[in-house]
Amino acid sequence: MHKYQCIVCGFIYDEAVGMPEEGIVAGTRWEDIPADWSCPDCGVAKADFDMLQIA
Amino acid sequence: MSDVLILGSGLAGYTVAREFRKLAPDASLTLLSADSAAFYSKPMLSNGLAANKTAESLAMKSAEQMATELKAAVRPGSRVEQIDPVRKVVKTASGEYPYGKLVLALGADPFTPPMQGDAVTEVLTVNDLSDYGRFRAALLGKRSVILLGGGLIGCEFANDLVTAGFEVTVIDPMQWPLSRLLPQAAGEFMMRQLETAGITLRLGEQAAAVNRTAVGYQVTLAGGDVLEADLVLSAIGLRPRIALAAAAGIKTARGIVVDRHLQTSDPAIFALGDCAEVEGLVLPFVLPIMNAARALAPTLAGTPTPVRYPAMPVVVKTPACPTVVSPPAIGSAGEWRIEPEDGGIAASFMSEDGALLGFALLGTATARKQALTGALPPVLA
Repeated sequence: MHKYQCIVCGFIYDEAVGMPEEGIVAGTRWEDIPADWSCPDCGVAKADFDMLQIA
Repeated sequence: MSDVLILGSGLAGYTVAREFRKLAPDASLTLLSADSAAFYSKPMLSNGLAANKTAESLAMKSAEQMATELKAAVRPGSRVEQIDPVRKVVKTASGEYPYGKLVLALGADPFTPPMQGDAVTEVLTVNDLSDYGRFRAALLGKRSVILLGGGLIGCEFANDLVTAGFEVTVIDPMQWPLSRLLPQAAGEFMMRQLETAGITLRLGEQAAAVNRTAVGYQVTLAGGDVLEADLVLSAIGLRPRIALAAAAGIKTARGIVVDRHLQTSDPAIFALGDCAEVEGLVLPFVLPIMNAARALAPTLAGTPTPVRYPAMPVVVKTPACPTVVSPPAIGSAGEWRIEPEDGGIAASFMSEDGALLGFALLGTATARKQALTGALPPVLA
C-alpha cells in the first residue's frame, strides 16, 4: 500500500484508506483508479497529472 | 512571433499552456516568468513546514523540464515592463516579444495592514516559492511567530507553524476565524480546535504598530496590549495584479475585467487566475483556475468556449480542524442552518424555498462534502 500526493494541491490519496465517500473502497491501488477520476480538492484529472508517490 | 504568449508561470499560466498544447500541437507558445518558472504547488506553501518541505523540494519541475513537456519557450527572469496592444508586443528588460494572442496569468500581491512602527517593512508575506524560501530561512533558530490575519491562509500557516513546534499568536479584527467563510457557530468550533492545538487567538483585535526589539519584534494592538515574537507574518489577503493591464488601457476593476470567454477589453488579450475578474468574481483558488484554463485553451485554439464554474468547494488545510467550505453567492437570501455533531459541525445555507446555496463542514462533518456538493447550484452556469 502506498500514498500519493497531488502535485497541484497537495491532496494525499492513501491506498489503504481509499475514498469510500467517492465509491473507491479501501485498498484500491492508484493504478486501478479510472483515468477520468479527478482530485477531490483541486479537480485535476488523473490523466493530466501524475500523482507523486510519497510513501 | 508567438501564436500564444503567456505572462506568468503559476498554476494558471502553466495549466492553460498544457491544455492549449493538447489542442494545438504545432502552434508556437511562449511563457514569460518574473521568477524561476519552476512548477510548484502553491497550496502547499501554507502547509509545507510541518512536512519539512524546503523551497527546493516544493519545486517539482524546472523551467527546462516544463519547456520540454509543453514544447514551449519558457523564459525565467523575464518580468514584463509594458504591454503595447497596438503593436501587439510586450516589453521586458531583455527585449520585445510579439504575440498573436496574449494571456495574462499574473497572479496577485499580498497586502499588509496599514501599521505604524519601524519594522513594517520586515513583516513577512509568503505568496510564492522564493518567499517560502525566505520564510524558511527566517524561521531558523526562532521559536515564536505572530500571524496577522485569521482567514484561510492565516489559519493554515498557524496550524502548520504550531505543528512544527512554534509558539503562534493569530491577530484578527473579527470575532471568529475564517469570518468571511464561516457562520459564527462554525467559526467558534474552529476557534476551539485551533486553541486546543496550542494556537493563541487574539480576536476582535488589530495590529496598530510593529517595532523591532533587541531580540525580535513587538506588535502593539489597537487596544493597547503589546505582544512579542521572533517573527511577524502577514496573511491578510491578496490584491489582483492589475497595473500592467491598466497601463496598457485594458479595463480593470478589482481585477482585470474579462467576459465569459476570459477576454479583456482588448480582443487579443485574455486573463485568468488570481489577476482576473470574471463576471465580477475574483476567486483566488485552484478550482476556478482549472475551469478557466480548460475553457480558455479551446478559445485560444480557435473554438470560443465560455467558462463555466460548477460548485467549487474550498478545502482548508488545517489538520487541527479539517474544513471544507462553499460559501453562498454574495447577497444570497437565506439563512444558515447549524447541525453540531460529535467531533464536528455542519452548517448549510438554505434559501427561503429550501434550496442549498452553500455550506461549511468542519471536523467529522467533512464526510458530507460529496453529498452536499452535488446539491449546490453552479457558481457560473
